[in-house]
Amino acid sequence: MNRLAPSPHTSGRHVIAAAMMALVLLAVAGSARSDDIPLDQRRSGYADLGRDSKAMQDDDTANPATFWVLDGEVLWNQKASAADRSCADCHGDATVSMKGVAARYPAFSPAHNGPIDLEQRINLCRTEHQQAAPLPFENHDLLALTVYVGRQSRGMPIAEASDERLRPFISRGRDLFTRRQGQINLSCAQCHDDNWGKRVAGALLPQGHPNGYPIYRLEWQGLGSLQRRLRNCLFGLRAELYAFGSSELVALELFLMQRARGMTIETPAVRP
Amino acid sequence: MARPLINVPVKVKRGETFEIKTLISHVMEPGYRFTTTGARLPRDIVTSFWCLYNGVEVFRADLSPAIAANPFVTFFTVATESGTLEFKWTGDNGFSETAVATIAVE
Repeated sequence: MNRLAPSPHTSGRHVIAAAMMALVLLAVAGSARSDDIPLDQRRSGYADLGRDSKAMQDDDTANPATFWVLDGEVLWNQKASAADRSCADCHGDATVSMKGVAARYPAFSPAHNGPIDLEQRINLCRTEHQQAAPLPFENHDLLALTVYVGRQSRGMPIAEASDERLRPFISRGRDLFTRRQGQINLSCAQCHDDNWGKRVAGALLPQGHPNGYPIYRLEWQGLGSLQRRLRNCLFGLRAELYAFGSSELVALELFLMQRARGMTIETPAVRP
Repeated sequence: MARPLINVPVKVKRGETFEIKTLISHVMEPGYRFTTTGARLPRDIVTSFWCLYNGVEVFRADLSPAIAANPFVTFFTVATESGTLEFKWTGDNGFSETAVATIAVE
């Protein structure tokens, strides 16, 4: 079904106006597609990068995200606050213990009675096991730890959620993804499911897969999380931004990871 | 925190042209931006970069405010003899950073 087609207007003189409106909207929407992108047609944002940006991501010494990865490695081994315990004291060598972890987050947390993402998991470790203050979202150290943990899953496929308790949250994420929002009144799906590969103004519409986060985004001139990226999209829609760490953003993250299940993790990816 | 990343081949043949890649972490604040309260963000950029090959300058660049954060500079030179490649960056607010890489020429 074409999500952009307005609900049928059949009363009186509105018919022609509605028909013309539908034409305009159809021109924007292109041909109707199925709701989900077929699994074999999914493509990472990497495929649409220019040659130079690809080279940047391919070579760790050319990718500025490496600075955050190196800082994350230092933080991993650094003792934090009251408990005088580092990440490494419990988890050992991250290159072994953290392999594949980012591929299965957001995961269910009984304490939250819902999913939590990797950043929240790291902060949970800080407050519960290190007795340290949680780090604010988009804080340098939190991004550094997240990208260091995420880096250990590079090259691995995104795991399919097997935890039954996640099911309602995945469908909540889907609802948010397909819900029209903001003054622009578009849903995520209208761009990223129905019209990927086309351009919105000058920019290419990607499919919107979360397989490289945290990313070094050229527009940001720095590293940023998936939540930051989602808020960027909401801002573009002139919608109310969900707060960092809100259940909405985590549900969207969870749904997007499941939508991208099986795709290869590229963390830390470079994106325009 | 500033920290350079250098990528040079470990070994090269004499007379061969080889690539040197350098990346340094720096905000490269251009000096044309304002905060939400209207205060100007002062310029803070890397202004110069040098590379010395066994003490001889083989590459120099002047950087400008239009250059993105974390400047990535790559260039080529010809392998003459084994030794060291020294890199130096200087910039606003007394910014100064150095790095050294060794290269074996056979």
